[in-house]
Amino acid sequence: MQQKLDPKKKLDIEEILENLENYHPRRKGWTWRQPVEGGYKVGKFHFKDMTQPLKNSIPLPAAKYFDNIDPQPKPVITTEIASGRFEDDIRRMRMAAWHGADHIMVIRTTGQSHIDGLLEGTPEGVGGVPITRKQIRASRKACDQIEDEVGRPINFHSYVSGVAGPEVAVLFAEEGINGAHQDPQYNVLYRNVNMYRSFTDAASAKKVMADAGIFQIDGAHNANATAKEGWSVMPELLVQHGINCAFSESVGMPKEQIGLSTVPPCAPPSPKLWYDLPYAVALRDIFSEYKFRAQQNTRYIESDIEEATRTHVIDTLISALTHVDIQSTITPDEGRNVPWHHNNIRGIETAKQTLVALDGIKQLIKIDRDGPLGEMVRDLKERAICFLEEMVETGGYFAAVEKGFFVDSAKYPERNGDGIARDGKGGVGVGSIVERDADYFAPVCSVFGHNNVPAGVDKACDLIDGCTLCKPEKIYYIDEIDASDNCNLRLEKTVDFRKGDKIKPEVEWAGDGTVLIQLFLPEEIEVARVAALEVAKKMGLSEPEVINAQVMHPSEGTFLEVKGKVDFTIDKKSLKIPPKEILLSEDEIRAGIKKVGLKVVAGTVGEDEHSVGLREILDIKHGGIEKYGVKYHYLGTSVPIGKMVDAAIETGAQAILISTIISHNDVHRKNMRKLDELCREKGIRDKIILICGGTQVTREIARECGMDDGFGRGSKGIQVVDSIVKILKNQGAI
Amino acid sequence: MSEERIRKFEARRQELKKMGDDELKQRFWELCKKVVEPMTEYGSKYTSPSIERSVLLRMGIDSPTSQGAVVAINEAGLLGKGAGHVVLKVAKNLNLEIREAAKKISEDKTVLEGLF
Repeated sequence: MQQKLDPKKKLDIEEILENLENYHPRRKGWTWRQPVEGGYKVGKFHFKDMTQPLKNSIPLPAAKYFDNIDPQPKPVITTEIASGRFEDDIRRMRMAAWHGADHIMVIRTTGQSHIDGLLEGTPEGVGGVPITRKQIRASRKACDQIEDEVGRPINFHSYVSGVAGPEVAVLFAEEGINGAHQDPQYNVLYRNVNMYRSFTDAASAKKVMADAGIFQIDGAHNANATAKEGWSVMPELLVQHGINCAFSESVGMPKEQIGLSTVPPCAPPSPKLWYDLPYAVALRDIFSEYKFRAQQNTRYIESDIEEATRTHVIDTLISALTHVDIQSTITPDEGRNVPWHHNNIRGIETAKQTLVALDGIKQLIKIDRDGPLGEMVRDLKERAICFLEEMVETGGYFAAVEKGFFVDSAKYPERNGDGIARDGKGGVGVGSIVERDADYFAPVCSVFGHNNVPAGVDKACDLIDGCTLCKPEKIYYIDEIDASDNCNLRLEKTVDFRKGDKIKPEVEWAGDGTVLIQLFLPEEIEVARVAALEVAKKMGLSEPEVINAQVMHPSEGTFLEVKGKVDFTIDKKSLKIPPKEILLSEDEIRAGIKKVGLKVVAGTVGEDEHSVGLREILDIKHGGIEKYGVKYHYLGTSVPIGKMVDAAIETGAQAILISTIISHNDVHRKNMRKLDELCREKGIRDKIILICGGTQVTREIARECGMDDGFGRGSKGIQVVDSIVKILKNQGAI
Repeated sequence: MSEERIRKFEARRQELKKMGDDELKQRFWELCKKVVEPMTEYGSKYTSPSIERSVLLRMGIDSPTSQGAVVAINEAGLLGKGAGHVVLKVAKNLNLEIREAAKKISEDKTVLEGLF
C-alpha cells in the first residue's frame, strides 16, 4: 500500500524503510513529459511548448504577479543529488520535484566504480551515495510517493559504469531505475578500467538496460570537464558520442533510448556563442535520430554562485535555440562545496525560468546557417570524420586509445601530447575476460552475445522456472551488512530534528548545523579573508571557512561568504508564532464601513516619491479599500506629516494611512513616531486610527512606533480595511 | 610524424569537401559502425566475472554468494562455460536449490571437479 504524502507533513523516512523487502517498482522504463495539444493556455498566456501542469508545485518567485501560473517546459529537467546519505537526499528530491525536476540523478560514492561487485546495505558515502539495492529501492519508493504528490512521473537515475557494470545494470533493471549513464569510454579514459574488460562488460550491461527500457546517457561530456581547453576537444566529442551510440545500437539498444550527454564547452569571458552554438548545431545535425541531454557547464565554475547561474542561463539558451530532450542542471555551488539543498532548487529554477521565458523561441528566431555558423558547423564535422579515419588507419579504437588520441587539449588534428593514453595490457580488471566456450550457457533473460540455450528450450530462463527479470519475487533482498554503518544508526541521531521539536539549520544532512554568512569588508582580499573568519568566530560559528571571496576593489573592499556550524538547537515549543490573521467576511467589512461612513486620508510621507504600493491599497481597480465603500482622500507623495494630520481633521477622516518606502537611517520609523506624536499634540489620537505601510514595515515595527497597525510588502486593501473595522469594533464604534 | 599527420588530414579534408551534408553524415556513421565492430565482437565472444555475477543475480542468488561462486568457478577454469550453467549442473548433480548450489560452490570447490 502506497503512503499518500500530505504537503503539510514531512516525509516519513522510517515508513519508507518499512516492509522494503517486499517492495517492487510499479513501472519500468523512462517517461517523457506530456505535451498539451494546441499549446498550453493558462492565466493570460498561451504557451507554445509547455507540458501538462503539476498538481502540486512551487512556481517561480514572480508568479504572484502572473496569477501564480507554473508552466512546465517541454524538456525533462534533471537535478543531481548526492549528499552521501540517501535518507537526507530523498527529502531534497521532494523539494526538487515541487520546483519542477522530473529526472533525479544520484551520484555514486567516490571509488564505487573500482569495486568489483555490488555493495549492500546503507553505508554512508563520500561525495555521493553507495549504490546498493536497499538505497535505490528506498529512493525509488520515495519517488513513487513524491510523483503522486506532484502529479508527474519521476525518472530515477544512476550510473552503470565501473568494473561491476553488468551487475549494476541487472540491479537497476530489477529495481525499476529509469535512466543510467553507461559509456565504456568513460571507464577506459577516466577510471583506467582495462579497455577490453570495459567494452565486454558494457555490451552485456547495455543489453540489460535496453530490455528494461532504461534510458541511457553517455559520458562524452567528461572530456569538456577534463581537457585543459574544453572547447578544443569538440571534434573528438562528436567521435566519442558516435562510438557510444553505434556500439549501443549494435548490442540491441533502440535509438530512442540512447541519449547524448552534451555540454556547451565555453564560458564567458570567452565569446561563448561562437564556440558553443556551432558545436550544438553540428551535434544535432549528425545525431538527429538520438536524444539530447544538455548539461550545463561545470568546467569553469568557481565559488561565485551568480556567475555560475549566468553561464547556465546561456547554456540553457543554447538548448532552446537548438534542441533538447533533457535539460540537466548543475547546482551553482558545485564549485565550492558538495551541493546544498536550496542550491539544487536554484539550479532547477534557472532551467525552468529560462525555458519558460524562451517558450516557442524557434517561431521567432532562426539559426542562420548562411553566415559564419554554417562554416563552423561544417568544419567540426569534417574534423570529426578525419579523426575517425585516422583512428581506422591506426588500427581501430583500442590502438587509438593506446596512442593517446583522446582528451588531448589541442583542436584536432593538432596535438598537445596531453591526451589520456591507456595500455590495453593494463588497467583495473586486466586479464579478467574469458572467452565463452561453444557450450557457454546463461539460463537467464537479457543475455548479450553467444548463449548456447539447449535445444527445445523456448526462453533461456525456463530452465530455472523464470529469472528475476520475469519473476521479481525471486530477487534476493539484503537489508544491512555493516552493523556500525547504516541508516538506522544515522536516523536515530536525527529523529528529534525530523519528528520532534528540535530545529537546527541544515544544508546537506539533518542537523548538520551549517549556516552561511555574507559580508562585505572594506579591506583588501588577504586581510578580508582572515578578518571574515574572526567575524564568524565572534558570531559563534564553529569550523568557519571562507567559501567565496570577490574583490570589489583592490583596496576598497571584498565581498565574502563564510560557512560555519552552529551547535545549538531551537525548541519549536518555545517559539511564539504570530497567529495568522483571520479576515472578516467582505459583507461584514462592508457593513461596518457603511455604518461609520468610513473616510480616510492617505499619502506617501517624507521625501519619498513612491506611489504604486499605496495606490494598489486604495484603488478599486486593484481591489483596494475603495472597493469596500471607503471614501479616501489621497494627498500624493512626499507629503509632510503635518499636512496629513491637518487633512484628516479637515475632512473628518477616521483613519490616516501613510506609506513610507525609504528606510534609510530608519526614516520610516521616525515618520511613524512623528505622526503619532503630532496626533497626540493636536488631541485627536484617541479618535483616529493610524496605519502605516511599506516594504520595510511590519505590524510589530509599526505598533512599536505608535501606529495602530502596519503592513509590509504584498499586503492587500482587504487586509487594511479588515484591520480598521476590527479596531472600530474594539472601540465600540461598530 | 606530426607534419605527416597534418598533411594526411588536409588530404582527407579535401575529399570531404566534395561531399554534401547528408553524405558527410553518412560517412560519419559508416566509420563509427566500423570502429565498434571489434568491440561488439568482444562483447559477444567473451565474458567477465561481473557478467557472470550478473547472471547469478538474475537466477535469484544474493550478491555475496554470487561473488564467492564466480571466484571459485573462475579459479576452476570454468567461467567460459557460464557461471549459471555451472550452478545449474551442480544443483542437478547434488539435488540442491539454485541458491544452495551457488553457496556450496563458494564453500567447496571440489563440487566443480569433473563437471564438464
